[in-house]
Amino acid sequence: MVEFGQFLEILIGGLLSGVLYSLVALGFVLIFKASGVFNFAQGAMVLLAGLALVRSLDFLVARGIPMPVAILMGLMFAGLVMALTAWLIERFVLGPLVNQDGLTLFMSTIGATFILEGAAQMIFGSDVYPLPLFPTDAWFLFESAFPGGILVNKLDVWGGLIAAILVAGLALFFQRTKTGRALRAVADDHAAAQSVGIPISWIWFVVWLVAGLVALVAATVWGTKLGVQFSITFLALKALPVLIIGGFTSVPGAIVGGLIVGAGEKLAEAYLGPQIGGGIEYWFAYVLALAVLLVRPQGLFGERIIERI
Amino acid sequence: MSSEPAGKPEAASPILSVKNIEVIYDHVILVLKGVSLDVPRGGIVALLGANGAGKSTTLKAISNLIRGERGEVTKGRVELKGERVDGMTPNDLVRRGCVQVMEGRHCFGHLTVEENLLTGAFTRRDGRKAIADELEKVYAYFPRLKERRGSQAGYISGGEQQMVAIGRALMSRPDLMLLDEPSMGLAPQLVAEIFEIVRRLNSEQNLSVLVAEQNTNMALKYATYGYILESGRVVMDGDCKALRENEDVKEFYLGVGGSDRKSFREVKSYKRRKRWLA
Repeated sequence: MVEFGQFLEILIGGLLSGVLYSLVALGFVLIFKASGVFNFAQGAMVLLAGLALVRSLDFLVARGIPMPVAILMGLMFAGLVMALTAWLIERFVLGPLVNQDGLTLFMSTIGATFILEGAAQMIFGSDVYPLPLFPTDAWFLFESAFPGGILVNKLDVWGGLIAAILVAGLALFFQRTKTGRALRAVADDHAAAQSVGIPISWIWFVVWLVAGLVALVAATVWGTKLGVQFSITFLALKALPVLIIGGFTSVPGAIVGGLIVGAGEKLAEAYLGPQIGGGIEYWFAYVLALAVLLVRPQGLFGERIIERI
Repeated sequence: MSSEPAGKPEAASPILSVKNIEVIYDHVILVLKGVSLDVPRGGIVALLGANGAGKSTTLKAISNLIRGERGEVTKGRVELKGERVDGMTPNDLVRRGCVQVMEGRHCFGHLTVEENLLTGAFTRRDGRKAIADELEKVYAYFPRLKERRGSQAGYISGGEQQMVAIGRALMSRPDLMLLDEPSMGLAPQLVAEIFEIVRRLNSEQNLSVLVAEQNTNMALKYATYGYILESGRVVMDGDCKALRENEDVKEFYLGVGGSDRKSFREVKSYKRRKRWLA
């Protein structure tokens, strides 16, 4: 019974921390789906959003504005910063490169990464800023069933809740709204979308804006967990295996991929770790991604390319 | 207006007037070398010619989709309803009532048939009710699409995809449709069906059509006026009836020429008509 309790605790902890990876992966999926661009700058966008939020929060709180109001205003300010970023990227990076090769666009997002990272730290500072948005203590569940109960981190639960709301919102946006439908149309065929009068530049702005807002949501959770700091940009690297496993074009894929990576690495660490020397957590996801690539290159939920013969 | 027979393009105020446009791709490749043509209001005009003659480029130059392929209109002008439109975005043109149906159909494969049609209404601002009515109208012209409204467009047949592409364009309530090679890869019976629907749209909705076709026979049957393009130039134009009777058109485009001609040396060569001097 103790062992089962421990297993459950690791599994739940893993799944919940996996959701946090999903939050970052979602931003990638949105942009990749709509424009076929692998957005290397997603990690930098999380950093930028986090810094904008935490610094404006500090500023407002220091002026004596009550916390809830300050949080609301801070979120709005960070949202505006992300909108401005989306507009600048569309205007000066992607707009001029329209219809270029995917690799060219990818390289341009690497350039954008450096500019965003530099600008964000220049404007908002480069220290580690604590962001106390969510509780970080733990619950102990099922104490009657298992000795000591199951430890669940409250922050992870918050992260899961927020991710669920976010995904539901995105699904509604994509399936039910006119702009969402236009986004999917652009993802399928740029030229045809243009031919029926969908303005590509507007659509790309919307996509980057949505990805920016997803980055902001990821920043609230990860910022609470780690503090807002430069190393947040490396989350992008953790999102990569999530994307490969889930599929680059699928929102549900990003979630399931995150869950698999989160649970997989924690379980591997606990059960395989002692046998082969520990530290598995850091590379297990990449091995998993490699295995998926060999068996199912489009990922678990990735779209097969429809081809008529 | 719709009952009026579509006369020669010289008749008063054409809906579309292309004047001596030159198109260059990638700053170096000269594709159109001064093309001029007119589409009269309520007319069906055919743009004929072999592969690579510049038919698609002409249409894309009008709708300005050409810029997405790194092409550029470097000379001449395009007028839609008397207003100069070269340099506008495709979005502007759709708002002004000129929509292109691209060659090769280009349906949104992962969207359903109905969603494909609804994307065509993106530029409209007249409310859900009007768009729903439009959708029913499109289904009335293409009953087969109504049966397949929930299917993913990537999995329907080629003919149905062509119908989706035309129906999608109709959703924007165009006055002028640029129809690029609607017969491509379709069975002859389907081609006739689609041209028949285009003719009905033309007479019932007063839709003006500029259609680029390799299927000269079919296009000359349905259009009222025709232009023949050869390597980026208009080499001949005239009423479709006259074109059908023309010996050289018969020989080279309809494949029904007299058997007496044996040598290409006897073929009359057509000079570009210098319309911009006229």
